[in-house]
Amino acid sequence: MAKTLWKGNEALAEAALRAGVRVFFGYPITPQTELLEYMARRMPELGRVFLQAESELAAINMLYGAACTGTPAMTSSSSPGFSLMEEGLSYIAASEVPAVVVDIMRGGPGLGNIQPSQGDYFQVVKSAGHGDYHAMVLAPATVQEAVDLMYISFDLAFKYRHIVIILGDGTLGQMMEPVEMPPFKEVNGGESPAWALTGAAGRPHRVITSLYLSAERLEALNLRLQEKLARIKENEVRYDTYLVDDADYLLVAFGTVGRIAQSAVRQARAMGLKAGLFRPITLWPFPERELEALSARVRGILVVEMNAGQMLEDVQRVVKDRVPVHFLGRMGGIIPLPDDILPALQTLAGLVHGRNGRRARAVPA
Amino acid sequence: MAAKGTVVIDRNRCKGCELCVYHCPQHVLKLDETYNARGYRPVILDERTSQCTGCAVCAVVCPDVVFTVYRFPQPVRTAPVRAVVN
Amino acid sequence: MAIAELTLPQTVSQPALPPAAMQVVYKRPEALSEAYTHYCPGCTHGIIHRLIAEVIDELGIRERTIAVAPVGCAVLAYEYFTVDAAEAAHGRAPAMATGIKRALPDRIVFTYQGDGDLASIGTNEIIHACARGELLTVIFVNNSLYGMTGGQMAPTTLPGQVTTSSPYGRDIRQQGWPLHITEMLAMMPGVAYAARRSTHAPAEIRKAKKAIELAFRAQIEGLGLGLVELLSSCPTNWGLNPMEALAFIRDQMVPVYPLGDFKVHEALAARP
Repeated sequence: MAKTLWKGNEALAEAALRAGVRVFFGYPITPQTELLEYMARRMPELGRVFLQAESELAAINMLYGAACTGTPAMTSSSSPGFSLMEEGLSYIAASEVPAVVVDIMRGGPGLGNIQPSQGDYFQVVKSAGHGDYHAMVLAPATVQEAVDLMYISFDLAFKYRHIVIILGDGTLGQMMEPVEMPPFKEVNGGESPAWALTGAAGRPHRVITSLYLSAERLEALNLRLQEKLARIKENEVRYDTYLVDDADYLLVAFGTVGRIAQSAVRQARAMGLKAGLFRPITLWPFPERELEALSARVRGILVVEMNAGQMLEDVQRVVKDRVPVHFLGRMGGIIPLPDDILPALQTLAGLVHGRNGRRARAVPA
Repeated sequence: MAAKGTVVIDRNRCKGCELCVYHCPQHVLKLDETYNARGYRPVILDERTSQCTGCAVCAVVCPDVVFTVYRFPQPVRTAPVRAVVN
Repeated sequence: MAIAELTLPQTVSQPALPPAAMQVVYKRPEALSEAYTHYCPGCTHGIIHRLIAEVIDELGIRERTIAVAPVGCAVLAYEYFTVDAAEAAHGRAPAMATGIKRALPDRIVFTYQGDGDLASIGTNEIIHACARGELLTVIFVNNSLYGMTGGQMAPTTLPGQVTTSSPYGRDIRQQGWPLHITEMLAMMPGVAYAARRSTHAPAEIRKAKKAIELAFRAQIEGLGLGLVELLSSCPTNWGLNPMEALAFIRDQMVPVYPLGDFKVHEALAARP
């Protein structure tokens, strides 16, 4: 199939259509509004459902309702809108119905600005809503990767009866890149799941709720959720590496910062610094085992993010004291460039070699 | 005395709220002296002084669907106190 | 009469005639489950649930109806109906119901919401469901306060009414006026039927059932959103017995919340 030029937000939307989404509820918020507008145009063309909700609160609850009917459904938003959705996400997780959510991150906190950031890592990866659960979080770095991950999102959501979040940022949403679009397919083979609310015709009625007044029954639900999360952890880790086989220093970055870090690795190598890149694609489940194994083979790690150090905490947790972990973070919508990363890498290398032989402590840049 | 209808009372459903007692136009409902399995004094049919007509007002006001209401094709002689069905 | 004749046996016996010879005037609706409800004695939730179930049976829609339960005393409403049901977050039932109805347009979807749920946290969702003319049926149970959480003030609390969060009586200057949400929503073109009825007497309950039927028919016939507000009692939080609570509705609530039809789509009015 030929490649065509696609804007990230629109590519995500088209990929969802190809993946079999049947209903979309959303609300305008920069920098993801093009996704909403694209759905508004395309869903009716395909005889599917588009509805602009009155708020992100309403959108996530509409998604919850549609999800209860076993219909492949999704929403999209940006950081402040995602905050509003957290209540609904918690209900969806507890009810074990499938949902796909796109979060195109912007500068924050608060109203912030419309430039890209990665400031939602805590909110999306650590706690996409109250209670004990994690959504599956996929972080594409290119528009093609966004398309490929969206294409499998609904299958994953239905397989595990869980939430799948595609976490991008304003750069990814706005940029245009050549993309090969996958063919149209149906989710779950077009079958209505056995748990779906469709009307009690010729069968006992079904109830979908997240209310369990009995403590024993609520704990049982939670144990079931934890067991499901363990299965996802076992089976769905995704990551990418670049020139790590002989690397002395490891850059760890996700999303679009990952591709910037990849350029930094090439520039570092050209300068004689043997750098490599470890790029988590699933932020949850985080590729802990793989990062841990790599950390044993390098002398230092530099985490680069567009925030004050959020994925950094997961890296520190996995790497522990094995090697120094440094951090380079930009906020407010500023994008770190290879020219910013290289000095930080050199500092890391200089500190590790040490002027007086003492090991440097992990330090946020 | 002849009853035109009767009610079958689901004794354990009743919470003793007395809305039926209050609204029955024939005044044939009252609370039992004894308690049901859920700790409430349920309603019973008491036709000592008048008869049930099967008007179903009790069923209309009852929040707990305690009553099944019947009408007889012909009015029927009744005993002073009717038994209830659980 | 001797006392012995008044004492009932604990065991059961059948009525005088075999059941086949008797005409059944009233029996439990099929759309209502066998579960004992948790509602307080005399609470009109039970009456309203029953009316909805009767209407569902009479319209023959049980097998394609999906209910959305609120947060409030009726949070367990899904246990009391034999239809597919989902539990919504507080106030979000109209949005959740929209999601269900848009995904499965040929099903009948209704929400059941209290006054805190619909008229406080959920005002945005109900307004926009009405604005869009969603083909939904909304049963709005107004008992002038937040029942489940122990009787706090609600947007529907009457002026001067004492609640646990208006202990000196609702002060209009500080806490505003009661919301007449049904009248407000009736103005919207997307609303095909909007009525306020009461549950305080058998005649009112019969009218309430008719209103509920029209609200479901508005959806079935594709006319628009059908909304019925039902003035309801809360004996426990009002500190009244069930009969006194019904009198409170009649004497205190009805003057503030007048009963009647505020919007009737001409296609509904034309039928008997």
